[in-house]
Amino acid sequence: MSVPILNASGCLDALVAPDVARSLDAFVTKTVTPLPREGNPPPRIAEADGWMLNSIGLQNPGIDQFCGDVFHRLCDLEVPLWVSVGGFSASDYRVCCERVDELEAVQVIELNLSCPNVDEAPETIAELVQASRAATEKPLYAKLSPASADIAEVARAVADAGVDGLSLVNTLRGLFLDPVSLRPRLALGPGGASGPALRPIALASVYACANAVELPIVGMGGVNSGQGALDLVAVGASAIALGTVLFSDPFAADRVRDELEGEGGSRGFGSAAEMGRIAHVSA
Amino acid sequence: MSVRGTEWIGPYVLLRLERGGLEPGTPGQFFMLEAPGRLLPRPMSLCLAPAGELGFLLEPVGAGTRALAELRAGDGIHVLGPLGNGFDLEVARPLLVAGGIGIAPMPYLSEALGEPPALLGFRSERHAEAARLLTGAEVVVEPRFVTELLPEDPGDVMACGPEPMLEAIRELVPAAQLAWEAPMACGYGACYGCVLEVGGHYVRLCVDGPVL
Repeated sequence: MSVPILNASGCLDALVAPDVARSLDAFVTKTVTPLPREGNPPPRIAEADGWMLNSIGLQNPGIDQFCGDVFHRLCDLEVPLWVSVGGFSASDYRVCCERVDELEAVQVIELNLSCPNVDEAPETIAELVQASRAATEKPLYAKLSPASADIAEVARAVADAGVDGLSLVNTLRGLFLDPVSLRPRLALGPGGASGPALRPIALASVYACANAVELPIVGMGGVNSGQGALDLVAVGASAIALGTVLFSDPFAADRVRDELEGEGGSRGFGSAAEMGRIAHVSA
Repeated sequence: MSVRGTEWIGPYVLLRLERGGLEPGTPGQFFMLEAPGRLLPRPMSLCLAPAGELGFLLEPVGAGTRALAELRAGDGIHVLGPLGNGFDLEVARPLLVAGGIGIAPMPYLSEALGEPPALLGFRSERHAEAARLLTGAEVVVEPRFVTELLPEDPGDVMACGPEPMLEAIRELVPAAQLAWEAPMACGYGACYGCVLEVGGHYVRLCVDGPVL
């Protein structure tokens, strides 16, 4: 049994890079909101100190165009499809889940509950999940921020509200300054920080949540190698998502998959999946 | 791809790579070059395409471009491309216009079009050394700007340079083909980082441009 490898939402457009999407075990869409969004003004990305910073602001065509057009073109790719949905109120999440629920080919709805670049909904995360749960029978995964004071507590709350899995983790809010002008490098100031530096934070989050709830976890955050993927499997992830690495290495999924199986084999295990949760077992 | 060498041209660096199996593409298209030690590759339009080689002109101003400028013959970097949409070469009276490092795609474009007239603007005499990459170009140095040299009937303008220059040209010559630049993470449409506002909407320069 191999560990499925997905993309992190927002890190791949399958319609312009179909071969990259086909290298994945499932494609996760960029977050869709009820209304179209132009997103945040540029500059939207920067790199410094081993981190990437982005502030895209959920640019997307809105749920009508997604369901009426984008979805059908995604189906033509014949890649298992997860749809990420988001919004600014419980009603937004309900509307998106109701619409995506009608799309038979969608395997999972991922609830983006943690975008660092847009305003948060006024409701609690549990209320957003309850509204989504009432709107669909499809499996729901909650994408959480590692910035919570106690992410295990958030995991328990979304589990109680009815999610079927967790996607851990989203980016962390960060800020880069231009070294000369000392002004923010992104147009809106802060953005979501990602890249290999996020790995220990993702590991700690998956480790805590795997202890707290009995839910499958898609682990992500700075994975760029089989070793990075194996670490997340060891703390409790049953699938891995690749994000920032796809920008420099579009076909990283093939490489990480091979490396991951090699990492398992070199430790005397038949597959990396057999090493699941091993970090929780006393040595 | 293997590095053949680097050469300083004023404050700029010409980075020459083995072409390998890569196509040079259309002038104005770009490649993502791995910047050693950095997380993200850097987008560079092709400057020169002699047989077996890809040449990129870059200005080492940040950590990524400095890392590229410090490459030595025999070093290897990952290269993805050609990417994006280049210039439409089906033009009757081409006039090339570039400002600063915006000269980068012009030598390859000039070759493809049979060395048409060109106007180049630079911020100093030292930067203007790069004008030798283009035969027969008219050159101005700040405080003068290339837009002052645009003839009344400029023909088919094809331009690359800083945003204020491109915006000024767009005002004067609405039909001009303009090669824009933006920070990019991926170069192939994945990240939505490199947007430019066009007609009230943000378009991705990497897949909808960079020539718009």
